[in-house]
Amino acid sequence: MSKQANKNSIETKKINSDLFVLTYGAIVAQLVKECDNAEEINKQLDKMGYNIGLRLIEDYLSKTQMTRCHDFKDVAERIQNAFRIYLGFAPTITNWSAAQDEFSILIDYNPLTEFVELPDHLSNLRYCNLLCGVIRGALEMVQIDVQVYFLQDYLRGDQTTELRVRFMKKIEDVLPRNDD
Amino acid sequence: MNRSNGIYSIYIISKSGGLIYNYDVESNFPVTDVEKTFSYPLDIKLEFIKPRIIVGFGQRDNIRVGYSLLAINGDQISGRKYKDQDVLDEYLANEENYPVNLKFGLARLTTNEKIVMASMFHSMYAIAALQIVPQKDRFCTGIEAMETNNFRLNCYQTLTGVKFLVISDLNDSTNKDLLLRKIYELYVDYALKNPFYKLEMPIRCELFDINLAQLLEKNDKTLNEELGSGGGESSSSNIF
Repeated sequence: MSKQANKNSIETKKINSDLFVLTYGAIVAQLVKECDNAEEINKQLDKMGYNIGLRLIEDYLSKTQMTRCHDFKDVAERIQNAFRIYLGFAPTITNWSAAQDEFSILIDYNPLTEFVELPDHLSNLRYCNLLCGVIRGALEMVQIDVQVYFLQDYLRGDQTTELRVRFMKKIEDVLPRNDD
Repeated sequence: MNRSNGIYSIYIISKSGGLIYNYDVESNFPVTDVEKTFSYPLDIKLEFIKPRIIVGFGQRDNIRVGYSLLAINGDQISGRKYKDQDVLDEYLANEENYPVNLKFGLARLTTNEKIVMASMFHSMYAIAALQIVPQKDRFCTGIEAMETNNFRLNCYQTLTGVKFLVISDLNDSTNKDLLLRKIYELYVDYALKNPFYKLEMPIRCELFDINLAQLLEKNDKTLNEELGSGGGESSSSNIF
């Protein structure tokens, strides 16, 4: 990052995904120690993710120079793209609702959970709940209010991991419209 | 004077219109100070306009209309008080205080004035973005550039509503759009990724200052080369 000012193009520092995965694991493990129940942990993870999302969106925008989205299909595509940039894999986007205001993010292979087995007493824990917060926070900054939740979780015995994203409303901007 | 490039100032305005960052390239601002000894009566008409005393009428010896009174007998003054006396009504009106040495010059904007300017620009931007002339295939984007007879202002608003402003010399022909994007990247890296920086609050991050100064210090040519060849589409393709 420090080199960036002298470089022509944006240089993303690649780090070993294991390091990231283990750091995330450490955060969750710490939360398990500090919180009373799984619900509380889920809430904390979501909140942390939300705060990350608020900032991450700027990084995403400054590096990809994306323009504004005008429909939810665009949004889904950009999220898929963001997964590729920040987590190194592209999830599948499927299960569109008839109204085109809901879709699922299918994560077949989730590096975050690579070394994870949930113990029995934490069966309610959404291990990757941070992701929900990140998506919600990031979209909020571009005036899109969404709800994100787990539909299936591989760690809890489902076939795959499925995140559901539901469009709530467009946040009425006090800002002027700014397109492109 | 070191005029490595023609950038005067950088401003960052939050999405609510507050000034969250300002950086002036001190070496690029021209020096206008003039010091002179005056005898009674004063042959320059002074008037008090809000924070400072300015020359209202009567130009002489490079002291121009619009210059502010900066110092009396070497002592800096602020407002209209000097040694417990009102400068205009008492001190300069009294013959006993002459001959007096006065320093005039163009005063720079105070922080308050910058904050006012930032929120004013914020509203101007919103007015410019209204669909006054409807276009079926495009929207208005607000103010992208503003030019006067001695500076040019370029603005870039991000999708999240943060505005970046570059104020530069008219003769400076470097590509401001790319410079603005570069500043956006620095903001992302050194302000937003600082866990102790609170969103929407003034940016007081030393690393950000340092990197911004480095970016601006580059002279015209290298800045131009770097921005010209690097920016645009090639950067986004690099990331994947």
